[in-house]
Amino acid sequence: MERTIHLWVGIFVCAGLVAVFILALKVGNASATFSQGDAYTVKADFDNIGGLKVRAPVKSAGVVVGRVDSIDFETQRYVARVVMKIDKRYQFPKDTSVSILTAGLLGEQYVGLEAGGDSAMLKDGDAVKLTQSAVVLEKLIGQFLYSKAAEGGSSK
Amino acid sequence: MSERVLNGLRGIGQAVVNGIWRLGYASGFFLMILMRSGVSFRRPPLTIKEIYTAGVLSLIIIVVSGLFVGMVLALQGYETLQKYGSSEAVGTLVALSLVRELGPVVAALLFASRAGSAMTAEIGLMKATEQISAMEMMAVDPIARVIGPRFWGGVISMPLLAAIFSAVGVFGGYLIAVVLIGVDAGAFWSQMQSAVDFEKDIVNGFIKSVVFGVAVTAIALFEGYDAPPTAEGVSGATTRTVVTSSLAILGLDFVLTAFMFRGV
Repeated sequence: MERTIHLWVGIFVCAGLVAVFILALKVGNASATFSQGDAYTVKADFDNIGGLKVRAPVKSAGVVVGRVDSIDFETQRYVARVVMKIDKRYQFPKDTSVSILTAGLLGEQYVGLEAGGDSAMLKDGDAVKLTQSAVVLEKLIGQFLYSKAAEGGSSK
Repeated sequence: MSERVLNGLRGIGQAVVNGIWRLGYASGFFLMILMRSGVSFRRPPLTIKEIYTAGVLSLIIIVVSGLFVGMVLALQGYETLQKYGSSEAVGTLVALSLVRELGPVVAALLFASRAGSAMTAEIGLMKATEQISAMEMMAVDPIARVIGPRFWGGVISMPLLAAIFSAVGVFGGYLIAVVLIGVDAGAFWSQMQSAVDFEKDIVNGFIKSVVFGVAVTAIALFEGYDAPPTAEGVSGATTRTVVTSSLAILGLDFVLTAFMFRGV
């Protein structure tokens, strides 16, 4: 009797641990998020980050190469400072340009990296100079209306 | 007339004082379990037997309900999501609702009614038949020998049951969405994986299930220990266990969710 109880408890604990592993690896993204050890950090300043959030993906050519680590407001120049962790396997040139893009029409925002032609590579803690802010829909519509109004005025 | 009002006020006052006294007594009881739980770890067979009664015997109800909850989520989710042309997101819906909320909460509710009520009835009956007093006579500490192993058995079982519930539920969702309805399997899994975060969702769900395990087992054991030693007393205590622990689970779930997911 004692033995069967122990056997059943063993089976139960194994089933529970297997369930946790399935949740972590098959359902969650624990396998996809690389550990902090083999990543390097890169900083970039933006005038406007739109709806970018911490842990948003950093993509290059559509491939996820890293994640946004932190977002801060820098009070000296009044810009947003985005710190990204990028996988060590992917090295980018110094003149890489960084822009905030949107997945789909209404999707979540991510950081896009476009490699430049410099032979020197970005190192841990470097700052990227070439940045492009998020597109704010209201501003875009405002510009469009303004240019339309200007056109209408000139044709009269 | 004034006599009646006075009696009513007296009754209210007594009820409040009684409630606070019970709360204090329950807290003291909980601390006593924690302080005297050395025996549960020094003699593992005691705790293992309780994991068997609390965990293994609840396994079937957990697996079956998990499967059905996952299947219902997939059907309902597909019904709504296909209107917006994003039926692949049904995997995300099933996995997130199970891992964050339904897994821990429904597993804890089932655990309270399956294992918690049994614990209360067992201990209440032990008390009614004076087995607990007999132990004290023999200089055996009933809290260390009887209550402690049951507490730890329940606390260890609950997170495992919740994880099994969520995993089986996701499988049930897969059965309905992919096998029966024909949602693309690759999109189902990949959207799920990109949406479910290990730290934010799975670890938080796990913390929830541990908290619920502690709450349910402590309430069940206290109600059993505190039950009047009569047949009615034990039956009332069993009912109170299910009601109080269900309310505690839902209340704690709100508090924990408010802390964990504030939409930041």
